[in-house]
Amino acid sequence: MDFPFLCQTLLTLLPGVPLTLKLALSSVVLGVFLALLLALARLSGIRPLAWISRVYVFVFRSTPLLVQIFLIYYGLGQFPALRHSVLWPILREPYWCAVIALTLNTAAYGSEIIRGGLQSVPAGQIEAARACGMSRFQVFRRIVLPLAIRQALPGYGNEVILMVKATALASVITLMEVTGLAAKLISETYRAIEVFIVAGAIYLIINFVITRIIQALEHWLTPHLRSAPAPAVVEQGGPA
Amino acid sequence: MNEFGLLTVFSFGPGGWGPAMFKAAAMTIAVALTGFVFGAMVGALGAWAKIAGGRITRGIADGYTTVLRGIPDLLVIYLFYFGSSAVLTPIGRMFGATGFLSLPGFLAGALAIGIVSGAYHTEVFRGAYRSVSRGEIEAAVAIGMSRALVFRRIIVPLSLRFALPGLGNVWQLVLKESALISVTGLVEILRQAQIGAGSTRQPFTFFLAAAILYLVISSVSGWTLQRAEQRFTRGLRRV
Amino acid sequence: MNMLQSQNASLAPVAESVPAVRVSQLRKSYGALEVLKGVSLDAHDGDVVSILGSSGSGKSTMLRCINMLEVPNGGEIAIGGEVIRLKETRTGPQPADRLQVDRLRSRIGMVFQSFNLWSHMTILENVIEAPVHVQKRPKAECIEEARELLAKVGIADKADHYPAHLSGGQQQRAAIARALAQRPRVMLFDEPTSALDPELVGEVLRVMRALAEEGRTMLVVTHEMGFARDVSNKVVFLHKGVVEEEGSPDDVFGGSRSERFRQFLVR
Ligand SMILES: Nc1ncnc2c1ncn2[C@@H]1O[C@H](COP(=O)(O)OP(=O)(O)O)[C@@H](O)[C@H]1O
Ligand SMILES: [Mg+2]
Repeated sequence: MDFPFLCQTLLTLLPGVPLTLKLALSSVVLGVFLALLLALARLSGIRPLAWISRVYVFVFRSTPLLVQIFLIYYGLGQFPALRHSVLWPILREPYWCAVIALTLNTAAYGSEIIRGGLQSVPAGQIEAARACGMSRFQVFRRIVLPLAIRQALPGYGNEVILMVKATALASVITLMEVTGLAAKLISETYRAIEVFIVAGAIYLIINFVITRIIQALEHWLTPHLRSAPAPAVVEQGGPA
Repeated sequence: MNEFGLLTVFSFGPGGWGPAMFKAAAMTIAVALTGFVFGAMVGALGAWAKIAGGRITRGIADGYTTVLRGIPDLLVIYLFYFGSSAVLTPIGRMFGATGFLSLPGFLAGALAIGIVSGAYHTEVFRGAYRSVSRGEIEAAVAIGMSRALVFRRIIVPLSLRFALPGLGNVWQLVLKESALISVTGLVEILRQAQIGAGSTRQPFTFFLAAAILYLVISSVSGWTLQRAEQRFTRGLRRV
Repeated sequence: MNMLQSQNASLAPVAESVPAVRVSQLRKSYGALEVLKGVSLDAHDGDVVSILGSSGSGKSTMLRCINMLEVPNGGEIAIGGEVIRLKETRTGPQPADRLQVDRLRSRIGMVFQSFNLWSHMTILENVIEAPVHVQKRPKAECIEEARELLAKVGIADKADHYPAHLSGGQQQRAAIARALAQRPRVMLFDEPTSALDPELVGEVLRVMRALAEEGRTMLVVTHEMGFARDVSNKVVFLHKGVVEEEGSPDDVFGGSRSERFRQFLVR
């Protein structure tokens, strides 16, 4: 192994980390809201809304993300009306196009996770809430949503990791995040294996940290699922 | 509006892009299938290592799935496409070749997809194995089947049935991932759409056409897999 | 009856006095927990042995040791006079000869509490699996015999159904047919009726009673006292890994019985 080269590679790739994180974070945050809307639409019982949500999810989940990125970044310019609109300064920017595509994409996957969470809330607990006089909105905000979030968190954690990986596609539309810098370095040095190792390690570390954060969040949000502290240990009779 | 539209992209008439688009779709299916099959072989090996392996083989398999699920698939494709030249070019020199050698896009892409999806295959196969009931295995052992026979007659057929839905998901994933291979220049759906977009200045139309092709392939294969699943899981559920 | 005689003739010729199953000084531990503490038991050809005992007393463990689903830590198992050879390994005792174990197992029929029918095979396929693929007998002959066996346990019409489509009682009768198809020298039953709804218990017990009357050698772990008293010719009561009572049903259920067995009966 050529250590100096690995170190140099690391120094070349590290400046891409903030952009990778920014892309992932903004699309996940924006995506959660859209996902929640989609999930609510799907469960609303209002036929046209549910149908729209269904089609949206189907379309975005059955086509490659890269196609979606190209449609937005290259495709929208085909329409003169758009090119002359106030939106153009945004739609012209690869960064915003990447964020929009990633957001729309993660929302489709996220809405299915949230829907699963919402549907997992036991009917009995909802009934109990209604029985003590909560309004529909209160039931949703105080009972359904908290329970659903706790249920959906592990799945959503997975989705966040997938989004970090997905940000690599932004490099295809000229954004110099970690993978973009890696590809550039490979084409300059032809040392694909070393660059791959360093770039891969960066992603692994990012994802490891995110996994830990989500686990901590999960732990913090689900005290009721943890085993009771003292008695359980006594019953199991110590280490076997 | 323009008279050039989706119909032109799919048209087989003069000036139509139909033949090119459908050839590209065939290429997408071919490269995705090759990658999927390769991934299934890697996954079978990985699952075997995780289930029956010793400490070291298990560690390797765990490392493999963790790494592959943590890094972008695009990086893996770059590794195989450009990395192969780092390996092959010096070998070529030894045999007197000059210039750069690398794996063709098809092979590099299929291998990369195989390695990436192998991690998912591993988990699918392992989960399927674990859902085979201990009792059914025990009953086979109890009638005097050898280990190999238990594996062949009971474990493999039962796990395959449990694996079907998971394999369907992996296939859908692989299909979408195959679009990334366009970066190697292999003319599959997305690359063909780029070519068309460039030469006609109708990017939206072409990428929309690409999206539709993926949608159709994914729906048709999803529907087929569902039918297969219904057929092969006879007996596993009450009707 | 005819079938039975031809079967016995095809088995290894053994003197009348050699027991079909001999368990001697059997010991088995799981970690620090000693489940069997030196259990001995003989079953001769034609014996129907009922094994009683409260939950956790080691009944299943003993039965599973007989066909090496569990490997004992000590003592000896002999099937038809042939001792199962064991060897010491780093991780504990293991069968010395896997082929010997497979061969002996192929002539021991086992019926499980939870049936354990192979869910990807039809009932008929389940029944012919052992004779065709383990004993390598001609398939046509096995199918014919399998149909006879299914008729005998009363589910001839279910031959082409999958296990999931049968009731518990039917599944257990199919499992009995599957064990019979091995032409077993000995049949082991581990609480064959415990997983069944009460109204389905009778149909399985009737089949087992018919087998006993044919002169089959059976070791039956059961909680059905009626079966133990009326059908078996030998009763063994296990308590905490030792044999507490052993003898004919009349002796064991009759006058002199231990305090523990009395308590067991009352419960
Ligand atoms: N695989 C195992 N690992 C650890 N302990 C076991 C295992 N199998 C059985 N045991 C223990 O051995 C004891 C006897 O079990 P078993 O033979 O199943 O009893 P019975 O069939 O009489 O109810 C129980 O205490 C049980 O918990
Ligand atoms: Mg038991």
